Amino acid sequence: MSTHTKPQPLGGPLWTPAFKVLAAIVGVSVLLMIWRFIAGLGATTGLSDGYPWGIWIAFDVVTGTALGCGGYAMAFLVYIFNKGDYHPLMRPAVLTSALGYTMAALAINIDVGRTPYIYKIPVFPAWWNLNSVLLEVALCVMAYVAILWLELSPAFFETWEQAGSHPALKKIAGVLHPIVKKLMIPILAVGVLLPTMHQTSLGALMLLAGQKVHGLWQTPFAPLLFLISCVAMGYGVVAMESTLATSVFKRPRETRLLARMAVVPAWLVVVYLILRLGDIVLRGRMGLAFHANIQAFMFWVEMALFIGGAAMLFSPKFKDTAKGQFQASMAVVLAGAVYRMDTYLVAYNPGKNWAYFPAVPELLITVGVVALEIMAYLYIVKRYPILGGVAAAPNVRGAE
Amino acid sequence: MGQKEETTRHEDHLDGSSWGRRDFMKVCTMAAAAMGLPSWAAEKMAETAAGPKKPSVVWLHFQECTGCTESLLRTSHPDVANLILDLISLDYCETLFAAAGYQAEDVLKDIMAKNAGKYVLIVEGAIPTKDNGIFCKIAGKTAVDMVNEVADKAGAIIAIGSCASWGGIPSADPNPTGAQGAPQVLKGKTVVTLPGCPANPYNLLGVVLQYATFGSLPALDDKARPLFAYTRVIHEDCPRRPHFDAGRFVGKFGDEGHKLGYCLYKTGCKGPVTHANCSLLPFGEVPGAWPIGIGHPCVGCTEQAVGFRIPISTTVEISHATPPDTYAPMHAEHSNIGPVAAGVAGLVGGALIGAGLMASKKIGEGAKEKEE
Repeated sequence: MSTHTKPQPLGGPLWTPAFKVLAAIVGVSVLLMIWRFIAGLGATTGLSDGYPWGIWIAFDVVTGTALGCGGYAMAFLVYIFNKGDYHPLMRPAVLTSALGYTMAALAINIDVGRTPYIYKIPVFPAWWNLNSVLLEVALCVMAYVAILWLELSPAFFETWEQAGSHPALKKIAGVLHPIVKKLMIPILAVGVLLPTMHQTSLGALMLLAGQKVHGLWQTPFAPLLFLISCVAMGYGVVAMESTLATSVFKRPRETRLLARMAVVPAWLVVVYLILRLGDIVLRGRMGLAFHANIQAFMFWVEMALFIGGAAMLFSPKFKDTAKGQFQASMAVVLAGAVYRMDTYLVAYNPGKNWAYFPAVPELLITVGVVALEIMAYLYIVKRYPILGGVAAAPNVRGAE
Repeated sequence: MGQKEETTRHEDHLDGSSWGRRDFMKVCTMAAAAMGLPSWAAEKMAETAAGPKKPSVVWLHFQECTGCTESLLRTSHPDVANLILDLISLDYCETLFAAAGYQAEDVLKDIMAKNAGKYVLIVEGAIPTKDNGIFCKIAGKTAVDMVNEVADKAGAIIAIGSCASWGGIPSADPNPTGAQGAPQVLKGKTVVTLPGCPANPYNLLGVVLQYATFGSLPALDDKARPLFAYTRVIHEDCPRRPHFDAGRFVGKFGDEGHKLGYCLYKTGCKGPVTHANCSLLPFGEVPGAWPIGIGHPCVGCTEQAVGFRIPISTTVEISHATPPDTYAPMHAEHSNIGPVAAGVAGLVGGALIGAGLMASKKIGEGAKEKEE
């Protein structure tokens, strides 16, 4: 760690025009959230008994947590494979993860609507249904949100410890910082375990849906496919975040570091594709991909994005430039996102006479949740030490 | 119990005694009931069939086994004589003709001239199209030419059996003769298809009698199959369905489950994907006289994608095996995608992709300056 420049807050004004636009979007969506709690799901969403899960689950939770797998993916690389070089990417990755998971938790609350009782899940183990996949998801996501913020907490403590901050915050940092420092290794270990558990569970949820899920997505491999693709998406998000943040905030780039890392998600996508396509072919379901329907179309969209993304990540033309890295990563992230949305919505057919398309308030609430996430990101990177001075880091060890 | 009575009646017919109103009613009621028409329709059909203007039918045979004709002739109500002499006017049929050679050809020419625009053309068998259709010739004409010529002046065209409907066995891989069904050869014309190997005779009679009586054709699906016979899949009306639902399956032929009449799905039954009314309208009025009834899995003979393509022992996938645990409304709630919702969704999706592209462009612009 000592070889890298220490992360520093970006500083600068918070209330930029973009920030104000985001705030307005969040304002509208907060009003709609209140309306949802007053009027109920039927009035504000396109949900029904046949489609009890809509975009709040498919996008905000299932896709959102996968987009928040940057911290998980980087933890593998940095802590498990001990690639210290990548450490500068760690804090921003954990921040996006913490925000992604927090927003997913918020979306679950909006969807389930029993927020005052949600604390009972971790507090009353006697009531647990240990056969429930959803229980696993609920516990893991709750625990992981806490773990992610703990992982990130040194960034806050470092700021609060400085002279000039509020005495109360100073006191908190003084007490908690040493404890967190001591516990960091177990925290990191649990932080790697939890996403492994619940990302597979998100696949298992749709495995349980059985024949309601279209044959191209219904497979016992679903949990593994969800896991592999979420890690690939995690690296993709880290690369996108890095290229975008360095570009927007005019900071030194991490191009070489990202170029070296690019093969990891690329190979993950290859493994994913072998499993996915092999399973479909061996089970004699490839024919379903050639029907003239939305499912077959979306399957090919997914395949194009996965194959295209992996090819771009392998190609030096893309992986060695910031622009190419961003585009390749975007393809992989989009592929994983489409895979999730497809599994949960496009491939899901509860039977005749059920239909689902998100209602306007539903869509706007999702937009608001994402806007809130971006606002939180902007606030934190400007006020707390997240982004590191990096340019020197990869060069220290030379080309290889 | 009525067997003896039945037998004597057949003998009566063979003696040449004529058919009574009661018999017409019986056949026409069966045909009308099969199609879901009311009883007055059956009466009207009977009147038409009994009257002087019986439907004139031209029956062409191409690449086939004549199984459809055979099964039609094996029905006991009507029996052969009643059918071709009293119920319809079967004016040209190579299988049943007494005439031969030029005499037969003249008959066809005669009907086409006299009944132009009124006669019913029934096509049985696939039509070879490869090498100008030389694989099937009748009276020096290829099947393609013949069917086109006769269809041109027909009032209604019916393809009976899977061969005529979509190619059937002759079109099975590698399809050496380029066999096709009548609808593929007679492009642009309405060809009612009655796939099946063989097709159920009552489905044919229903269509012919409706056309003759009312001048109309029954409602058809997207493959021009009458909805009255091909709306539902075998699986939905299968007498063995309770065994399927209860999870009792025949493991292999001759095992205990087979003897007990369990569900044949595991042995490769194509019932779940095959549209036909075999279980509802017994062939030749013998209850149980169909594959599943005698303990053989359905082979999916009516379906082009299944019959003679998917091996008999291969199981098909069932998309919804168990009843849903929710009660769907008659009409889907929220089924209409609101214009505003679609707009917002489009806007969000577009904004995301647009932002991604813009961002990647921006990153590209800045990249060179900062790299080194």
